[in-house]
Order: sequence, then C-alpha cells, then structure tokens
Amino acid sequence: MLHTEREYSKLIAGDFYTHHMEPGPDDRTMILNMGPQHPSTHGVLRIVIEIDGEYILRAEPVLGYLHRMQEKMGELKTYLQYMPNMGRVDYLHALAWNWAYVGAVERLGGIEVPERAQYVRVITTELNRISSHLLWWGAFLLDLGAFTPILYAFDDREKILDLLQIPTGSRLTLCYFRPGGVVNDLTKDFIDGLREFIPHMRSRLPMYKGLVTDNIILRKRVEGVGIITEETCRRYGATGPVVRGSGLAYDVRRAEPYSVYDKFDFEIPTDKECDAMGRYNVRVAEIEQSLRIIEQALDAMPDGPHMVKGAPKVKWKAPAGESYFAVEGARGKIGVHVVSDGSNTPYRVKLRAPGFCNMSLFAEVARGVLIADAVAILGSLDLVIPELDR
Amino acid sequence: MNGISQMWKNISGLWSLIVGLKITGKYFVCPQVTVHYPRKTVDNLSTFRGPVELVASDNDPTKPKCIVCLQCAGACPSGCLTVAAKPAPKPTAEEIKAKKEAEAKGEKVKKAAPKELGTFRYDFTLCSLCGTCVDTCPVGSLQFSSDAYLASRNKEDFVYDLLARLADQAKGIKSGSSQSKE
Repeated sequence: MLHTEREYSKLIAGDFYTHHMEPGPDDRTMILNMGPQHPSTHGVLRIVIEIDGEYILRAEPVLGYLHRMQEKMGELKTYLQYMPNMGRVDYLHALAWNWAYVGAVERLGGIEVPERAQYVRVITTELNRISSHLLWWGAFLLDLGAFTPILYAFDDREKILDLLQIPTGSRLTLCYFRPGGVVNDLTKDFIDGLREFIPHMRSRLPMYKGLVTDNIILRKRVEGVGIITEETCRRYGATGPVVRGSGLAYDVRRAEPYSVYDKFDFEIPTDKECDAMGRYNVRVAEIEQSLRIIEQALDAMPDGPHMVKGAPKVKWKAPAGESYFAVEGARGKIGVHVVSDGSNTPYRVKLRAPGFCNMSLFAEVARGVLIADAVAILGSLDLVIPELDR
Repeated sequence: MNGISQMWKNISGLWSLIVGLKITGKYFVCPQVTVHYPRKTVDNLSTFRGPVELVASDNDPTKPKCIVCLQCAGACPSGCLTVAAKPAPKPTAEEIKAKKEAEAKGEKVKKAAPKELGTFRYDFTLCSLCGTCVDTCPVGSLQFSSDAYLASRNKEDFVYDLLARLADQAKGIKSGSSQSKE
C-alpha cells in the first residue's frame, strides 16, 4: 500500500539507480541525474547525485551506455582481426591500446620485434600521447567555461594528426601496430615534419602557460578542488596523471620498462598538491617529457626492417597459454590479458582500462563539493567513456 | 595582515588576465589556420587510407591483379568483402572429346584457365579500414584509395562494385565522383 505521495513518486519516477539513491527523511535533498547527456561527461557517463542546494551529498556513477562487448569480440575474432577494436577502446590514445594488445600477443607467441619497429612504436605512441593531452587540455577548460583554449589546442593537435596520418593512414581510430612490428615504415616526410614539429610545440608551451595556466580565474577554480590523497589512489587502483598528480611517481614506462623505454632519459612529472591543478600540471609537463622521448628516439632509431619475418597471418594459431602486457597510456596503466587455448581465436581477452579505476574514486571525492567543482574534478580525471564501458 | 596579503595576491593575479589578453590579441591578428572546406581542400590526402580499391594488373588496366583466392574475404574482421569468380565456361562436347583422347594417348592435358574475378563487392558501411585485407592479399591486388570526401543520403551508395570502379578508372573517369553503385 502506498501511504504517501513520496512513496508513489518513488515507484513511477526514475530507474533502478535512482531508486537505489534513497531520498533522505525530509525534502531537503534532491536526486538529480548528471548525464548521460551532459556536456561535461564527454560521452554518455551518467552520475546520479543527491544534492542539498548546490552541494553534492552523494554521487553514484552509472556505466554501460557505451558498452560494445569489446572483450567478447576478442573471443570471436582471430588475433589479427581484433586489431581494429583496439583503436576504438580509447580513441584518443589509440596507439597505447594497439601496443598493449600486440605486446600481449607477442609475449604469448614469443614473437621478436625488430629494433626499428620498437623505436617507431615509441615515436608514434608518444606523439599520440601529446595529441591526447592536448585534447584533454582543451576539453577540460571547455568544461570550466573557457571556450577559446580548445581552439589553440586543436591547432597543434591538427599538426600531430597530419603527421600521424603519414605512417598510419588514419587520424583517430589508428590501427597501426601488428604482432611483430608496424604496418608501414616511417617515411622521410614524417621524420622531417616531426623534427620541425618538436621546436614548434616547445615554443607553444609558454604560450599555453601565459594564456591559461597562470590565469587567476582558472587557478581560483581548480586549486584545492578535488583533493585525492595518495592513499585514495592506492585503494582504487588509480594510475596515470591522476596518481602522479597525487605525488606518487608511478609510471609503467619506468616501473616495468617495456620495449626500449629503458634507453631514454625522461622525468616522471609529479605534483604534491593532489588537487585538480596538480593533475593539470602533470599533464602539461608530460607533453614536454614526451617531446624529449621523441627527440631521443629519432636520434637513436636504427635502420632495419619494420616488420619481423614470418609475422603472424590472419589465421595464425597462438600457442596455448596466457600473457599479460601493460603499457603507460595517456590516462594510466593499460593492461591486456590474453588467454589462448591453442586455436586461432583467443579464449579470453581482458582489457584493463585505466579510466575505470580513475572514475571509481569520483564517488568518494565528489562527496560534499559544489556541483561546479564536481565538473572540475570529473574533467581533471580525463575520462574517455568508451574505455570505461569497453 | 593575512587579509591584506590575500587581497594583494588577488589584485596581482589580475595581471595574468592582461597577459592572457595580450596572447589573444597576438593570435587575433595572425593569419587563419583553418581551411574553408567547400572553397578549399587540404592537400595531404595521398597518405590517407580511404575505402579499399582494386589494383589493375600491369598489362591490362581494366583487369585486376586478383587471383580469386578469397583470402581477403576470409581475413576481413567484419565480412565486408564479397568475392566470387566468374563461372568457368562449360567445355563443349568437342573439347571433352579432345581431352579424353589426349588422356588416352598419355599426353599432358592442358589445365583449366585460371579463375577470373566475377564480382568484388565491398560494403564500406561495415569497413573499419584496418588494412587486414590489404596486408593479406598475396598478389597486392588491394590498396587504399584516398577518397576522404564521402557523403550520401543512401546507405547503398557505400556498397561498391570494385570491378566496375576499376573499369571506370581505366576509362579515366575520376573515382569518388562516379562510384559505381550496386
């Protein structure tokens, strides 16, 4: 029996998740949906929030609006046929996912990758990382109400996409790596263009600082907002700029160096402030570090084949067993776990998306903050929704 | 004292706005970096991987290199290629007779002519441009075109008959503007 109007409205309004958010004993609080169509979620992330005025009492992220069964598809396609999926898990840093998957397959099949291909992978992946950070930079500021920075970021990002198009052929959903190497070798056009681009990008960084980083309005908006302690990061398994913005210098490229990353001299930027500004600073500093890695890789890149002889073909059968390979993506640690039963399709593919762990801590961090600050926190986590849902 | 220092911090922070405006002003008078699409187009499409197309054989621009091995159709993750050979012409009664006679004499029998490509249908709506078919082709009969400007109101317009497209290309009709449609 429905005693009150409140109980009745509870039954007809909302869905499972809003019912899960029990309203308080009085009418002081309100249950509200942020998303799935909210401009600050950059996709279809939905957050159910309970608010008291402008303050968030509880926040509950709801996932699954972009679930595409990426892991199940891995069980149905052969090892090589699964490659195009990797460009679509995290479309902003597609090459890191490419690498994580081919790395797992190579480890499984014991495939050697030529030295040159390793360097080509480093160069293209770092370039892709810069483009990802630039887009985040623009989109984050867009969330905070600053419109023009994204236009500056896209100007530079466009140059990177033009460069990446030369070897990969695409601009966004890159499918460039293969078990055993890369599809195309780097051409002279690409290398010349890249050598021109590095000083150009360096010259733009002070401009970004003057335009945005030092801006008093931005600083007032993000400094001290969304404090994530190192301990919280550890509990949720957060990685990438989120954990480095909390002062922990964890980077897969340094912690468990893969490929040729142990040969490069680069720093892991960290920030002790633990707030949204800290994460901002880490990402901007990473652009410079990526440029450093690219420069060193260009100088050290040897000649040779870009694909190993006898690389797996489409119907290639992997030896039975399992393998795990982790790389450092723009958002954190990307891990791919492949289990093989000896047939030409994987038995199981498990994708470890960094965004999922980074997003999980939002529920805790957003408690008690203003709605406007929640947008700043969400933006500073750099979420890519297809990666969360996979 | 604390309040005064805080106030001074806020006021001095206003200088950052002037710095920002100076940058905005500088870029305001810079030449435009964008390309006005319908009036101008970009010129770096040669490396762009557009829809797949057939490669003509070296001695006949109307015939593809394809040997109808069907490996590309099997390799495609989304099954967007439909490849079939032309039905082999039925041997006439005389040919069968001649063949039997030759076999009876113990002579070497001429093998059947190599298969000829009959249909090569390519559904671009399913394609993810991964290049698995191009990598797989043993004779290099597939390549990426550089068509970037594709638009249509009909889904069927993106189901290409690549053989007809190759014939058009041989005639010198520019591909892309006159894609042969199913």
